[in-house]
Amino acid sequence: MSKPNPPERQPRRVINESGIEIQPLYTAADVAASGGEDMIGRPGEYPFTRGIHPLMYRKQPWTMRQYTGFGNAADTNRRFHYLIANGQTGLNVAFDLPTQCGLDSDDPQAEGEVGRVGMAVDTLRDFEIAFEGIDLDRITVSLTINGAAAILIAMYLAMAEKRGYDLSKLRGTAQNDILKEFVGRGTWVYPVAPSIRLVGDTIEYCAQHAPKYSPVSVCGYHIRESGADPAQEMAFAFCIARAYADEVIGRGLAVDEFAGRLSFNFNIAGNLFEQVAKFRAGRSLWAKIMKEQYGATQPGSMWIRMIAGGGGSGLTFEQPELNIVRGAYYALISALSGAQTMALCCYDEAYTIPSEYAQRISLRTMQLLIEEMGLTDTVDPLGGSYYVETLTNQMRARMEEIMREVDAGGGIVRLIADGTIQDRVSAQAYQRQRDIEAGTFRKVGVNCYRIDERPPEMEFHPYREQDAAAQVRALGEVRASRDALQVERTLARVRAEARSGSNLMPAILEAVKAYASVGEITAELVGVFGRYQEPVALRDRPLAAAGG
Amino acid sequence: MNGTRAIKVVVAKPGLDGHDHGAKVVARALRDAGFDVVYTGLRQTPEQIAGIAREQDAQVIALSSMAGTHLSVCGRLKPLLEAAGLGDRLWIIGGNLPAQDHDALRALGFRGVFPSSSRLEDIIDFIRTNAP
Repeated sequence: MSKPNPPERQPRRVINESGIEIQPLYTAADVAASGGEDMIGRPGEYPFTRGIHPLMYRKQPWTMRQYTGFGNAADTNRRFHYLIANGQTGLNVAFDLPTQCGLDSDDPQAEGEVGRVGMAVDTLRDFEIAFEGIDLDRITVSLTINGAAAILIAMYLAMAEKRGYDLSKLRGTAQNDILKEFVGRGTWVYPVAPSIRLVGDTIEYCAQHAPKYSPVSVCGYHIRESGADPAQEMAFAFCIARAYADEVIGRGLAVDEFAGRLSFNFNIAGNLFEQVAKFRAGRSLWAKIMKEQYGATQPGSMWIRMIAGGGGSGLTFEQPELNIVRGAYYALISALSGAQTMALCCYDEAYTIPSEYAQRISLRTMQLLIEEMGLTDTVDPLGGSYYVETLTNQMRARMEEIMREVDAGGGIVRLIADGTIQDRVSAQAYQRQRDIEAGTFRKVGVNCYRIDERPPEMEFHPYREQDAAAQVRALGEVRASRDALQVERTLARVRAEARSGSNLMPAILEAVKAYASVGEITAELVGVFGRYQEPVALRDRPLAAAGG
Repeated sequence: MNGTRAIKVVVAKPGLDGHDHGAKVVARALRDAGFDVVYTGLRQTPEQIAGIAREQDAQVIALSSMAGTHLSVCGRLKPLLEAAGLGDRLWIIGGNLPAQDHDALRALGFRGVFPSSSRLEDIIDFIRTNAP
């Protein structure tokens, strides 16, 4: 009797988060089958898969830009100087929630929140203090602000102008991506349509008056944090970027007049190769969209200039010191992906606002890659890998498929306005949590390699009620010392321009320069635009079936 | 469990914080577990939360707090819930809640405290065991 052959051992199936099956081995045949090498090109040349510049980090390493801000402007200014003294090359400003939601520090809704998760800003005075002693030509500033972005961009421009900087040369970035705020992060103020109008106003104004300033950083980052997979992160962000582009093109701007100043913010968490392929694929897909769909002719209009940093959702509450290691891998991924700017969530960030110590570790992590690991020596070092090139082609195809699905469902603005995207990503976030609890999606320290933990030694960031009271007093002093008639006149102009439909930035700038507050200007706009009403149904349905 | 009627849970996001990933995940899990879930959405004042809880006659009031305002929010909500006649209901809270604050939250009447990294099953079991 012959024994049956033992069953051949099949390798376990591996499917990445974006739904692409990973093979145990890749060869040139896989690259060819996935679409070939047509989209690889050379760095600095269309379609920019390998990078937007010919020499990338060999010419200039990525900008290091840790997210920072707490308390009042003076507290934050001190931390800025600490980070710059430690070699940081850019700033990324965190604002407190009242500022982000367009409320003054003395608003009843601001109780307990002033200066808590970021720097409190009421008037231009706070901006003057926050950036004291910082050379705005040498250190570029990124403002993480969305619902109140038009006002804070105006404050930044007014502050820089007052200090003698030439606005036609001023660099810097505002996040100002309101559509993603409706999906995740939630610092919206106005309904969807006037919110998009305001983004359009900032793009249009900057194109004409501050052409080196980046008024928008389109964020896949927070959509990913809310539950999107990596391919969706990029595809949804591109749909949103197109919505802003369509808004200003509809006003008569040519694509090459503004597209070069659109920037992007993406998330790094999870599988290394999937992320690298995501960025390489996304770079070429956006270039293709801008060239073929929008008729861009300037290379800068086709570039993804991006901050790509370690995502908070990848870090764990358990064994928090492992987050230092995760952060190092995320920084490596960012460098292998050709990001222009890097930021890392800190190891203590699941617990508290990062300490100086934790911020310095994140900064040193990036500096290690530059000084010791050779990550700036050569461009796109993973280019040509059978695996990475195949996955890049596959990720690009997946992103295109998701964008077609969004368009078939009525477009991104409609799918966000009615809550469909929110429902989709929160359903995925729920599934992911179930997978983690079932142990089928592995997180070290969470569902494997657990230890009996005592609460870690952690330096908790203090919150002092008296600092909030001081901020309210300072606002009162500004109100008492400013020209009340001038404030009233400029606020009336904001209201009138909001009604008229003309670009609001000149009126907002004028109000800001008169030391009108964030809350006062926002109240005028809410009076005309109303407030956003959040859809909260938590439905389960596909994108293409939306609106039914 | 009280008869055939599903336990009604109001999941609320107090304050200005927009981090609703966790609140929505928990709301979905509670719904899948058979509870009748009302999610308030973002930016609810303590007055609004007490109002919704009374209107819904909720057996469970579940807060999600990520931005560090939990003690002030719970301190303001407690008298409002009591005044609304909801002092006998189950109050719970989850989110970014440092260990040193857990006793204070329980002392304010929030019997279930579920910091980051809590398991969905534990939240569901706690409600099944403790809901009035």
